Amino acid sequence: MADLTTDFLGISSPNPFWLASAPPTDKEYNVRRAFEAGWGGVVWKTLGAEGPPVVNVNGPRYGALYGADRRLLGLNNIELITDRPLEVNLEEIARVKSDYPDRAVIVSLMVPCEEAEWKAILPRVAETGADGIELNFGCPHGMSERGMGAAVGQVPEYIEMVTRWCKENYDRPVIVKLTPNITDIRYPARAAHNGGADAVSLINTISSITSVNLDNFSPEPSIDGKGSHGGYCGPAVKPIAMNMVAEIARDPETRGLPISGIGGVTTWRDAAEFMSLGAGNVQVCTAAMTYGFRIVQEMTAGLSQWMDEKGYTSVQDFVGRAVPNVTDWQYLNLNYVAKAKIDQEQCIKCGRCYAACEDTSHQAIWMKEGRVFEVNDAECVACNLCVDVCPVENCISMVEMAPGTVDPRTGRTVQDSYANWTTHPNNPGAQAAE
Amino acid sequence: MAPGQMASGLAAGRLTAAEIDANFDDLHPAYAPHEAAVAADRCYFCYDAPCTTACPTDIDIPLFIRQIQTGQPEAAARTIFDQNILGGICARVCPTETLCEEACVRETAEGKPVEIGRLQRYATDTVMSAGVHPYSRAPETGKSVAVVGAGPAGLACAHRLAMLGHEVVIYESRPKAGGLNEFGIAAYKATGGFAQSEVDWLLQIGGITIETGRALGGELTLDGLKADHDAVFLSIGLGGVNALRVPDENMPGVRNAVDFIAELRQAENLSALAVGRNVVVIGGGMTAVDAAVQSKLLGAENVTIAYRRGRDAMPASRYEQDLAASKGVRLMFNVMPVGLTGTEALTAVDLEYTQVVDGRVTGTGETVTLPADQLFKAIGQTLDGAPGALALEGGKIAVSDGGRTSIDGVWAGGDCAAGGDDLTVTAVAEGRDAAMDIHKALVG
Repeated sequence: MADLTTDFLGISSPNPFWLASAPPTDKEYNVRRAFEAGWGGVVWKTLGAEGPPVVNVNGPRYGALYGADRRLLGLNNIELITDRPLEVNLEEIARVKSDYPDRAVIVSLMVPCEEAEWKAILPRVAETGADGIELNFGCPHGMSERGMGAAVGQVPEYIEMVTRWCKENYDRPVIVKLTPNITDIRYPARAAHNGGADAVSLINTISSITSVNLDNFSPEPSIDGKGSHGGYCGPAVKPIAMNMVAEIARDPETRGLPISGIGGVTTWRDAAEFMSLGAGNVQVCTAAMTYGFRIVQEMTAGLSQWMDEKGYTSVQDFVGRAVPNVTDWQYLNLNYVAKAKIDQEQCIKCGRCYAACEDTSHQAIWMKEGRVFEVNDAECVACNLCVDVCPVENCISMVEMAPGTVDPRTGRTVQDSYANWTTHPNNPGAQAAE
Repeated sequence: MAPGQMASGLAAGRLTAAEIDANFDDLHPAYAPHEAAVAADRCYFCYDAPCTTACPTDIDIPLFIRQIQTGQPEAAARTIFDQNILGGICARVCPTETLCEEACVRETAEGKPVEIGRLQRYATDTVMSAGVHPYSRAPETGKSVAVVGAGPAGLACAHRLAMLGHEVVIYESRPKAGGLNEFGIAAYKATGGFAQSEVDWLLQIGGITIETGRALGGELTLDGLKADHDAVFLSIGLGGVNALRVPDENMPGVRNAVDFIAELRQAENLSALAVGRNVVVIGGGMTAVDAAVQSKLLGAENVTIAYRRGRDAMPASRYEQDLAASKGVRLMFNVMPVGLTGTEALTAVDLEYTQVVDGRVTGTGETVTLPADQLFKAIGQTLDGAPGALALEGGKIAVSDGGRTSIDGVWAGGDCAAGGDDLTVTAVAEGRDAAMDIHKALVG
């Protein structure tokens, strides 16, 4: 079994699976259960400034998006930061860290954008012995109305300023947690980097309304007939999160900045994908909230098995391996030509590929006598929609055309060379190929 | 053990009342809403769906399943009823394993089709149990149509005609409407008096009168019906039963399977219904299976289906064969009855092994004797009592498209009409299509 020990910012944990700052990490009781179940670390649910804690709503805090058989695909929440007194949390953090020295304990923080507030809380966190802090610049609901959370994360200058305050007043790693509720994730990441952040973590939740009650027309979760946008997470957000992770990983200005990947990690495979896109570890919340802490056992065993199969002995062996393959559209090889191919042995004749192609795409699939579905190479642009809608895995595949053969759609011979949009004759800004 | 279990001859109460109740419970229990949602989610919404092609009534199956999946079983039921007003009973009795579910691509993929029949029942039950009838009649046309026989074909025809604004009188020979739904299928396929409540529900459309105890023949003649109505639809079923052509076949203990099934369906108390200890059913269709299984469920100790050809030729589906086997019925193939033993009543039946030579079944000379105090004949039904003037085809009323018979103004459908495969769902389709043809003929 491959060793999953992970070093992230000099913080060692027995595996790369941390629980994200969220309800599962709000209390000593939960965190102890999490560590007993095998989680490598936790980011303690966000602490606020000294004084009366925030209050939560007294009705539903979560809304859901379901797939088949009520499989939870997306979850949103309108819960705020911890609603327990600061002192209680700090005492519990100290006790837990002392009892689990091999696990990572990070403390999430969110206080008003004033240096004095940060200066007040940072020494108290340091006293707990926690391994580091995570700055919550991400929560899109509630706290953002008070000038915190996503309200900070949406202004790069604030991110840089607060990060700098923290680096100046705290001597352990500072992770900046980013909100996805922006237009270009690179700007807040660069700001964090410029402020001296040791790492960024992303994504925080996405502003969302999960559903509307069609009887009383209240958004869900509904509090006395009204709803407020919540923060969306779970498997549904993974593609959005992975793109943002990759954007930061390949941005020349932030390249090498450690990343903690968050957003819909549910299985070992999700973790491996995030990490291949540059995340040094991952944080999980919804999967634990859906299935309980024991879910980590599948994640660790699965990642370990996959690493064994691939011959990786450390997570470092594959972290970032996919980053060089993430590029801009303009650099994609336009000389690469593929065609859909339907395996007639595997085809169950549902005709979904035909409906999709005929109705919504390129009329490149024939429906022949006896419900035989075949690809018309003269029309197929290899869009992949048929593959995506086919209920049988690997029944339809995209087969690369060999150089030297003629694409019947264009009549052109497939070239062995690489050519992209930057040199394409249809591009008004193209430069002549040398 | 109930006192009657080991009694020889015909005896009632072979099992306790509780055992019999449990035995005759719903074969396929209704889905709970979540089960239905999960089952519906398995549908791939196929293009030009094979299940719909396989359905004799052309129900848009992917659409109704999607409507269940989106939380609207009422809309799903409407999709079903638009094509098949008897979608409720069809959901229960259709041999889906040889129709829609056999064609389902998930049968191809996994050997586990989407459970279309149970989903259809979920949708139709939702509407019918609420007592809602989702159709209303068009303005009255002033035309009147006689329907002879209140079975599936007659009811489907009558409903469609009534909906189109015609006045319909159904003449039914039995004391109750419903036809084979009421008298002719296994009780565990239509529990809780479903067939009658379905008739009541269907009649809510209005414009339909049912006159029971009115059989064709005697004072009810085709000429008379033609004179009194603008059109006539014959859906008289198959009233005759094929004979064994074995000596002494009227011996006590020998009975038509359809009569046994009808008596069972009408019995107030199944514990009072007599059945043999050793039962032999001659035949290989659904009627044979229904008679055999129900004999077993009543407590018969040994029940054998004796079919004269091999398993592959058996008209009852493999699913029905397995159902019978699972209830403890023995299936014998390639045997035919050649002799009955008994003085006052049947005690044994002699079967001769058969082989098929040039497509014809012939005896091999080898025989086997089975103890039998009850023998059911289930070797097919025949047309009985059809007006002599009608042209026949293969022993049934000849029809062209739309169910037109050789006599102008007279249509026919269901089991009495040539073509089709003697299924409830086929009868519904023929009744519906004849109604549309009659409508066209009456109002142009």
